[in-house]
Amino acid sequence: MAGRYGGSAIVSLVDVVAAFREKVALRGVSLQVSEGEFVGVIGPNGAGKTTLLTVINGLRTIRSGRVSVLGRTADGGNRHALRREVGYLAQVENIDERTPMTVRDVVMIGRYGMLGLFHRPGKHDWAVVDEVLEMVGMSHLARRPIGHLSGGEQQRAAIARCLAQEPKLFLLDEPTAALDWKAQAGILDLVRRIHDSRRLTTLFVTHDLAALPLACDRVVLMKDGLIRDEGRPASVLTNQTLSDLYDIPVSVVRERRRETIPA
Amino acid sequence: MDFSVFGYQFMQNAILAAFLGGVACGTIGVFVVLMHMPFIGVAMSHAAFAGALLGVWLGFNPLIGAFVFSLVAAAIIGPLADRGGLSPEVSLGVIFSLMLGIGFLFLGLMPGTRSTALELLWGSILTNSSSDILVLGVVAAIVVGLVAVFFKEIQATVFNRNIALSVGLPATVILYGVLFLAGATVTASLRSIGGLLIFALIVNPASAAYQLTYSMKRMFLLSAVFGVLSGWIGLLVSYVFDVPSGATIVITSSVIFILAAVFSPKHRVRHWQAEAAVKE
Repeated sequence: MAGRYGGSAIVSLVDVVAAFREKVALRGVSLQVSEGEFVGVIGPNGAGKTTLLTVINGLRTIRSGRVSVLGRTADGGNRHALRREVGYLAQVENIDERTPMTVRDVVMIGRYGMLGLFHRPGKHDWAVVDEVLEMVGMSHLARRPIGHLSGGEQQRAAIARCLAQEPKLFLLDEPTAALDWKAQAGILDLVRRIHDSRRLTTLFVTHDLAALPLACDRVVLMKDGLIRDEGRPASVLTNQTLSDLYDIPVSVVRERRRETIPA
Repeated sequence: MDFSVFGYQFMQNAILAAFLGGVACGTIGVFVVLMHMPFIGVAMSHAAFAGALLGVWLGFNPLIGAFVFSLVAAAIIGPLADRGGLSPEVSLGVIFSLMLGIGFLFLGLMPGTRSTALELLWGSILTNSSSDILVLGVVAAIVVGLVAVFFKEIQATVFNRNIALSVGLPATVILYGVLFLAGATVTASLRSIGGLLIFALIVNPASAAYQLTYSMKRMFLLSAVFGVLSGWIGLLVSYVFDVPSGATIVITSSVIFILAAVFSPKHRVRHWQAEAAVKE
């Protein structure tokens, strides 16, 4: 997939070691992601999945190894510039229902980084905000206080915030946790549609097999800070590999997956 | 009633000090309330108090001592608020009591009369000098100016520091900047409002504003207005009933908060949501 980055990987991690509060979260991870790929990362809690994402967007510094994202190294003065091009959807945090911001205000935050200091959002920025809200199906709630939304609606608003950033790379950390089945299906569908229509490169992290988008190009299995296996969903998501990953017997429901996994 | 007192210089100074202190504390209060860390205000004001007492004890300008101590407090609070490893409330509680202890230690070591020191505890808005007003004016202008210029960065940072960082904003710098501004505000208001009472003037107007609006801009505006009103009404009550002004200012700000909480449209949120759900 040759593209803007000279055919090389858009994300490249080589032997990355990262620690978080005395705990080694990544113990030598190497991962290459090509432009336009949709990669699902799955593994039990504490596998290092969130750390993987935060190393990629430079929120967390590494102990050793090399990280290159969008042609930059994710360190030092580069970090702010890099993050402006990376949409990062962090795990859900509670929002106080009295928070004095509307949905539009929160989505606009996505554009604050690229606007730069001393620049206020202009007409064009608000137009982009309204457009992405439309895209995630939230136009009717645009002027609601952010704290009044349901869990699913808040995730849609957060996705809109990432899109307002017009990112090249989209990182999602458990975007469907704490959502019911219907909301979960809606978010998964939305993420895949956005990936296709905006020609993004997407990394999607989850601990829940059911929340893994069915149409991943590639699945990465993580456990104890290491990548255990990776490949096409059909070859990686077997009863054996998943049972090893989660330390309990898992059986994959093939009937549900067969239709959508690319051969 | 005789209101000719408002013609005197000291009263005009007091009115001006209440205005400037109200604006500065009201503005800083918005950060403290939105970051859900009311103890920032407490820890800061007690650090400033301790620093000022050191100045009184050793014979240098108490405001310098207050400023240095509150900057040190900000430098300690910053990482606590940032990492979230320890519970920030607990750590801030420890800093607050430590500062109070240090303050009283200096007070105990001080020879001779302690009226100047006690004034820093309770404040005395009626004996402001022109230089006090000048310092307060400069700090209020800087606080309001910086909030206006960096509104979007501040808005994103107080909403969620991680989100602000992840869109490429220097959220850590903004956080420390806000803490230093809080230190400067507390220092500048120390002589008028007093180390013990300033916390109320930071937290109450902003908490009242928080009850009333879903717009952050309006929250800043309302909070500053409530801060000024607390000062002015407090001054008037203090004069009419001949009671200490620091106390009446703080009580007024508390009454404003209670009224805002009682009449808050946000309490009707659940009710309104329920109605909307029924309609759907």
